[in-house]
Amino acid sequence: MTTRSVPLNTTQPRTSSIQWQRMLSTGAIYLTLILAALIFLLPVYMVLMTGFKSPDEVNISTMWALPRSLSLESFRQAFDELRTGLGNSFALVIPATAISAVLGSINGYVLSKWKFPGANIIFPLMLFGMFIPYQAILIPLVQFLRDIDLYNSLAGLILCHVVYGLPITTLIFRNYYTEVPDEMLEAGAIDGAGFFGLYWWIVLPISLPGFVVVIIWQFTQIWNEFLFGVTIAGQAAPTVTVALQNLSGSQIVQWNVQMAAAFLAAIPTLIVYILLGRYFIRGLLAGSVKG
Amino acid sequence: MGQSRTDRFIAIAMIAPSIILIAIFVYGFIGWTGWTSLTDSNALQQLQRLPANNVGLTNYGNLFAGQLDNRFRVDIVNTVFFTGLFVLVCLGLGMLLAILLDQKIKGEGIFRTIFLFPMALSFVVTGVVWKWLFNPGAGINVLPTAIGLPAGTFRWFISEDRILEFVWRDLPIIAAVLIGLFVILPALYYVVTRRSRVGGIILIVGVILNAWLLLGAAPALAGRSYLGQERHGFNLALLAVVLAAGWQMSGYTMAMYLAGLRGISEELREAARVDGCSEIGVYRRIVFPLLAPITLSAIIILGHISLKIFDLVYVMGGGDNLKIDMPGLNMFFETFRGQNFGRGAAIAMVMLVMVAVVIVPYLISNFRSEATRR
Repeated sequence: MTTRSVPLNTTQPRTSSIQWQRMLSTGAIYLTLILAALIFLLPVYMVLMTGFKSPDEVNISTMWALPRSLSLESFRQAFDELRTGLGNSFALVIPATAISAVLGSINGYVLSKWKFPGANIIFPLMLFGMFIPYQAILIPLVQFLRDIDLYNSLAGLILCHVVYGLPITTLIFRNYYTEVPDEMLEAGAIDGAGFFGLYWWIVLPISLPGFVVVIIWQFTQIWNEFLFGVTIAGQAAPTVTVALQNLSGSQIVQWNVQMAAAFLAAIPTLIVYILLGRYFIRGLLAGSVKG
Repeated sequence: MGQSRTDRFIAIAMIAPSIILIAIFVYGFIGWTGWTSLTDSNALQQLQRLPANNVGLTNYGNLFAGQLDNRFRVDIVNTVFFTGLFVLVCLGLGMLLAILLDQKIKGEGIFRTIFLFPMALSFVVTGVVWKWLFNPGAGINVLPTAIGLPAGTFRWFISEDRILEFVWRDLPIIAAVLIGLFVILPALYYVVTRRSRVGGIILIVGVILNAWLLLGAAPALAGRSYLGQERHGFNLALLAVVLAAGWQMSGYTMAMYLAGLRGISEELREAARVDGCSEIGVYRRIVFPLLAPITLSAIIILGHISLKIFDLVYVMGGGDNLKIDMPGLNMFFETFRGQNFGRGAAIAMVMLVMVAVVIVPYLISNFRSEATRR
């Protein structure tokens, strides 16, 4: 609203100078945004240009040039290198996400609707678990997984992601269910529904958005995770991030293949982000803004 | 809510497994790591089924003042500089982008998607890609040649340059002076002028910390003559890591600030304008103060991420490049390659303490404000 600063007896030149200023500042805003967007997309451009070049065209000095012809050779090679890793990651991420979403939903339901003594102390203590550097539990964790024969296996990795995913999934569901008015549940309780009845008939049917946020969050986190992957299942069942790092650390794999592999490893989470970005952002903000 | 006793019991029984899991896997394991850090536990002992010897705080002493462990001290210095710069970049860039996007922009959704998409990537992907962008003979350095400018010469993450150098043995005194200037004096000011209680707590903590630094740490380090003139400083190679991590995480602060900006009602801004505030004044008097809590949250979240950063430097440095080494990486190699569990555990505990110092007050204040709101 600029009308306020314009005098009633506006003269022509004055108005146009204000309009000029507005256009100038709008232009500057768009220019800055476009420039920033180009810089943010620079790595994407480099990755795709390098990936689509044919192997004999790949050259460090012409790294930024457009490919003369489109070749899928790099992507084919990268896919061969990453195939096991991609498979392992899918086999890890699906059960781990499903289990931690279900547990988070039940925990959130209990913490928001069934207040029990000590809950106000237990919940923050649980949350602390998602902030710790996992190095602080890694030595006992490896030892423990060895003892129960889950070391160097996908099952062990699933267990880790479920356990250490509990704080964030519980937090997201608890905050989501806190918004559900208690009266809704009281009505159900009058009709004779118990703990499970209320959950099944009242809470679960309205939980879909909560599940979407949690599933997207856990999917992205677990897919992208590296520390557990490399220490717990690094040799027997490398996840996609471990496979990608092995590829990039090796001296014999060409860098155009590395770039193509980085792109392949990023595709699943990128697709989720582009299709369901709104929910992704909600999960992102859930980790920092509480209550 | 009328809840029967059976149902209450079921509710507790349903959450009990999760609580027990967290109790064991988080707190039990931290205790175990803490105990390991007080021993000389290593692979050889484990193979021979020998018990580890209790060595007290030796591992910690070696990390900070041991003759042969200068790697951890490099890590700590790297972490401090990296964290400071990374948080600054994310806050500055995130705030700028959020304010620009808040100007009723056409195509806001597209811009937002572009600025936030790196958040959906793994740090490993970011590392692999930026390692090539920062290759001294390629990437960013040759980009200017595309428009006829000379190529860049900075060697990014393998740069040997170091600024702000200091002698390790002087660190307690340097730290004490900094704490005095930036913690104790401001806290004292708030206590005297505003009778602030939080200020009082901070003041006491600062004074105790300084007393320990000057009376405990400084003489202890001065006694270690073999440390000699061991120098540390800000490795410029870290700039490469800061830029890569900033590219990945700035969108996060942007999203936080944007959510905050959307929460400030247009009426409030309009009221300020009616009172004669210029557009910049509106930001200075209304918007920035209202965004302050978000800035604090962002500092804590980003800070704790950078204190425990691992994947990105693992991919970019591979554990050999000490210019960008971090405690998380050191712990990994010490434990799983060097098989020195005692020392690895000690590094892990130092990391945990650093993160806890940032996170615990944050969690407490969050839950206290939530409790008073109810």
